Amino acid sequence: MLEDFTPSEAFVPEATAEDPPLLRASGVSHFYGNRVGCQDVSFELWPGEVLAIVGESGSGKSTLLGCLSGRLTPTAGVVEYRMRDQATRNIFDLSEAERRFLARTDWGFVHQDARNGLRMTISAGGNVGERLMAIGNRNYAAIRGEALDWLGRVEIDADRIDDRPEQFSGGMRQRLQIARNLVTGPRLVFMDEPTSGLDVSVQARLLDLLRGLVSDLSLSAIIVTHDLAVARMISHRMMVMRNGTVVESGLTDQILDDPQSAYAQLLVASVLQP
Amino acid sequence: MTMRLCLSGVGKTFTMHMRDGTRLPVLRNVELAVSEGECVVLSGPSGVGKSTILRMIYGNYRTNEGQVLVVDGDKIIDVATASPRRILDLRHRVISYVSQFLRAVPRVAAIDIVAEPLKVRGVEADVARDRAAEMLARLNLPERLWSLPPATFSGGEQQRVNIARGLVTDHPILILDEPTASLDASNRDIVAELIEERREAGAAMLGIFHDGSVRRRVATRAIDVGSFASV
Repeated sequence: MLEDFTPSEAFVPEATAEDPPLLRASGVSHFYGNRVGCQDVSFELWPGEVLAIVGESGSGKSTLLGCLSGRLTPTAGVVEYRMRDQATRNIFDLSEAERRFLARTDWGFVHQDARNGLRMTISAGGNVGERLMAIGNRNYAAIRGEALDWLGRVEIDADRIDDRPEQFSGGMRQRLQIARNLVTGPRLVFMDEPTSGLDVSVQARLLDLLRGLVSDLSLSAIIVTHDLAVARMISHRMMVMRNGTVVESGLTDQILDDPQSAYAQLLVASVLQP
Repeated sequence: MTMRLCLSGVGKTFTMHMRDGTRLPVLRNVELAVSEGECVVLSGPSGVGKSTILRMIYGNYRTNEGQVLVVDGDKIIDVATASPRRILDLRHRVISYVSQFLRAVPRVAAIDIVAEPLKVRGVEADVARDRAAEMLARLNLPERLWSLPPATFSGGEQQRVNIARGLVTDHPILILDEPTASLDASNRDIVAELIEERREAGAAMLGIFHDGSVRRRVATRAIDVGSFASV
């Protein structure tokens, strides 16, 4: 039944010179030996857009996110990014130092497991301040003030600023991770299953917070999730992946309300309705 | 009268891959046009495809055949083939949609749900909230509910939040899918009045209204969707 899915329709770039995308992936593939991680993925992302990449575990969505964020080198394909000076660069043509600077300033990466995105042994304030110091801020009072402001924005009480994240709950750690990522004013944030593993009520709070921040700051985001409800709530557009390829892409509500491919229909039909 | 919306040769067939690819034809050769200042009502028995037409215009259903043309300033956009990004832009500025049910977001207050489409269009947060409050007051939603998330509201209260959100902006095209279904008579009257005001102000409206009194009041014309049914 699932064998008859058709590959996604031919990708037609829609960018024009006056309206360039923030990020463009062209034919991105990554192989682990002879096993496919992701294959021939192309799309464009504009400022302020949130794109969800959905699929089951093993569908290649995290591999794709790794390639897009420069953490994995694609076996083939190009990822172009419009830098703050408006020049569009292939991120894999940047030097290692340039790419790291980009990742620390203009990008954020929110990991599923906050332990991979935070330094667990330094204070909450230190976690937020560290990103500021990494881009050259040296004024301690200003850094602490900024950290306090961001803890407030992610709803962490000011009196927790000197506590270490290992003393935080899962939801708080995730909010701290978000503060750490957003403090440098990034234009693009990558998120890998940011809400999975959290209790439902904690998940809702985090999603609501993310929604608010994304729209207030006009962030672009690429969010990997297996949870269609999360995709519905937070994303404008969606790509459905299976076996490393994109089987369907389009508006989030269109794919969820009127899925076209056999696989997307199966995914949507499999969601439990409370 | 300037035409705002035009469907030409539109057809819709659902393919059910989980039922061995069964094809379910619903509509064929849909031809309709809506101009400024019109409120066109879709009629016909349930299941005939009335909501499907509305969803194809809003873009959450794909259009298999034909054109769904929307006038956007000096441009004409075919929703059937437009990119997701183009459709999102149309939703922000041109097409507003009041669905039957509110899809509530946890933790977001009713007033912010209503203010959101204004904020998306660049209206300042305070002004957007004030306008949202006016709309909720007009729809008789008790003020004590404004700061609460609507998840626990009654059906009628949720629907009024939904209507307020759909009517708070001045989108030139309004799509209405049974906006008064769960309202009592006095609130139905208020909604009918709001729709009349928007019609008089020049909005082009296409809707489904099961309630006869509302339909008679707001409709300028009816289209029998049964004549487009695929058999």
